[in-house]
Amino acid sequence: MIEFKDVTKTFQAKQGPVHAVQDVNLKIEDGHIYGIVGYSGAGKSTLVRMLNGLETPTSGSVNIDGVEISALSGAPLREQRHKIGMIFQHFNLLWSRTVLQNIMFPLEIAGQSKAEAEKKAHHLAELVGLSGRETAYPSELSGGQKQRVGIARALANDPQILLSDEATSALDPQTTDEVLDLLLSINQKLHLTIVLITHEMHVIRKIADHVAVMESGKIVEQGPVLDVFKRPQQAVTKRFVNEEVTPSLNETTVVVDQLLEKYPNGTIVRLTFHGDQAQLPIVSEMLKQFPLDLNIIEGGIHQTQEGAIGSLYVQLTGDRAKIDGALGYLEKMRVETEVLTRE
Amino acid sequence: MNDQGLGSYFQFSNVDWANMLSATWETIWLTIASMIVVAILGIALGLLLFETTNSENPLVKALNWIVALFVNVFRSIPFIILIVLLLPITQKLVGTIIGPRAALPSLIISAAPFYARMVELAFHELDHGVIEAAESMGANRWQIIRKVLLPESMPALVSGITVTTISLIGYTAMAGAIGAGGLGNLAYQDGFQSNNNAITLIATVIIVIIVFIFQLIGDLAVRHIDKRS
Repeated sequence: MIEFKDVTKTFQAKQGPVHAVQDVNLKIEDGHIYGIVGYSGAGKSTLVRMLNGLETPTSGSVNIDGVEISALSGAPLREQRHKIGMIFQHFNLLWSRTVLQNIMFPLEIAGQSKAEAEKKAHHLAELVGLSGRETAYPSELSGGQKQRVGIARALANDPQILLSDEATSALDPQTTDEVLDLLLSINQKLHLTIVLITHEMHVIRKIADHVAVMESGKIVEQGPVLDVFKRPQQAVTKRFVNEEVTPSLNETTVVVDQLLEKYPNGTIVRLTFHGDQAQLPIVSEMLKQFPLDLNIIEGGIHQTQEGAIGSLYVQLTGDRAKIDGALGYLEKMRVETEVLTRE
Repeated sequence: MNDQGLGSYFQFSNVDWANMLSATWETIWLTIASMIVVAILGIALGLLLFETTNSENPLVKALNWIVALFVNVFRSIPFIILIVLLLPITQKLVGTIIGPRAALPSLIISAAPFYARMVELAFHELDHGVIEAAESMGANRWQIIRKVLLPESMPALVSGITVTTISLIGYTAMAGAIGAGGLGNLAYQDGFQSNNNAITLIATVIIVIIVFIFQLIGDLAVRHIDKRS
């Protein structure tokens, strides 16, 4: 288990102290895929780099299975690092080494014999789907293949934890999904804990089971992914969730503005469905009970690790009392509603 | 009596080819011997500069300052002055101030700092992420030097030693003019001082060929090592 206790990191910059991480408390259970999401500069990278001692907290402690990583240095720290794999946005492979030699690199560092390292590296190349490419140099590989080498290399010393620092941010959407699928299958096959940081909610939705949202060095929201997707509390979380559920939110905002202008009497509502509700004819039932004009503006359904989330923007026109009744009905059916008004 | 006009360049009958050959070997020997020492010393100094940069420790800072000062001072001294300046030291070290061996100390001391700066630059130009990746795997400083810094910057190190070697060839000729042997010596004494322009011309052509060969070897080596594209 990973535990951050009252962790703060302050950098001394020329302009004064910068609080990269502030009062972070976080527990990550073994075997979980824990996503940390935030915009750049939120402190997520600093936080995750404390797990292998690339950064040390200014105050507080970072523990992994009861070992206080933040108090280690020198040889004991290097020893711990063998058990923590890390993958990077820009892969950070050695261009002078072949795929196989790159995977062998951490084994050489840990002092394994060459024969053993080679055997293990072949096995890992196969695990990440790079059989037959062992003698290629990184410059001959695509971005997705490079990250596969990165993953194989990170797994070489049988780590209990895999840290992923924006590992898919430099990849195109399809390759991103392939790499995420690989991480998910590794998590299930090897039962290792994955801590991943990203600025893309898509990554969280696709493979994470828990998520923490960071803003200005603080964790502003955390919990199981579906809970956070269902009921985002903080403004920053809502922005992330909206980006994901309705990728063209800005466009929607324009449409909403236009509709508000066009139908000043209408009420525009955002409905959010989770899990089983997304499969029920709730809206149709609502219209039977409260005959209203309904105009769909935009909608979508997204699968997460724990179930589906749907969102629907609709315009309701008609009698005020019927609209209120309809909203009440939706509430009863546990559909979240949000009436949009011009700001 | 020799012709003093332009035709004098082509009076090849005046050339003592046995002398020319032994002078050529002296130049090549001098170049390769100093190149080997400069490569080792330059990489060591460059590594020392790189590893001691940005340290908080005052002792390490002082070391960096001293090495940098040494490098900058000896890089600034014109070679011909350096030879003269080092004459007493050469006498002590080699036992003589005449001949190819006597040229070695000044050749090395002038070229090693030059190469050290190139080595330091090559290390600084490495992607820092790769070093960090090695750190995250638990590599110690020595492993990072041996397995990351040196192999990953090898093309820059090789092209650096190529450039340095070519300027070393120029230095050997200069050293030759004041008695260190080799083609420079021959061109100056048997060519210039004896009014035998043909010898000067042939010595020049041989030096140009030697430079081209070293450049070619360097370029081929870099192309072989560099797997980046």
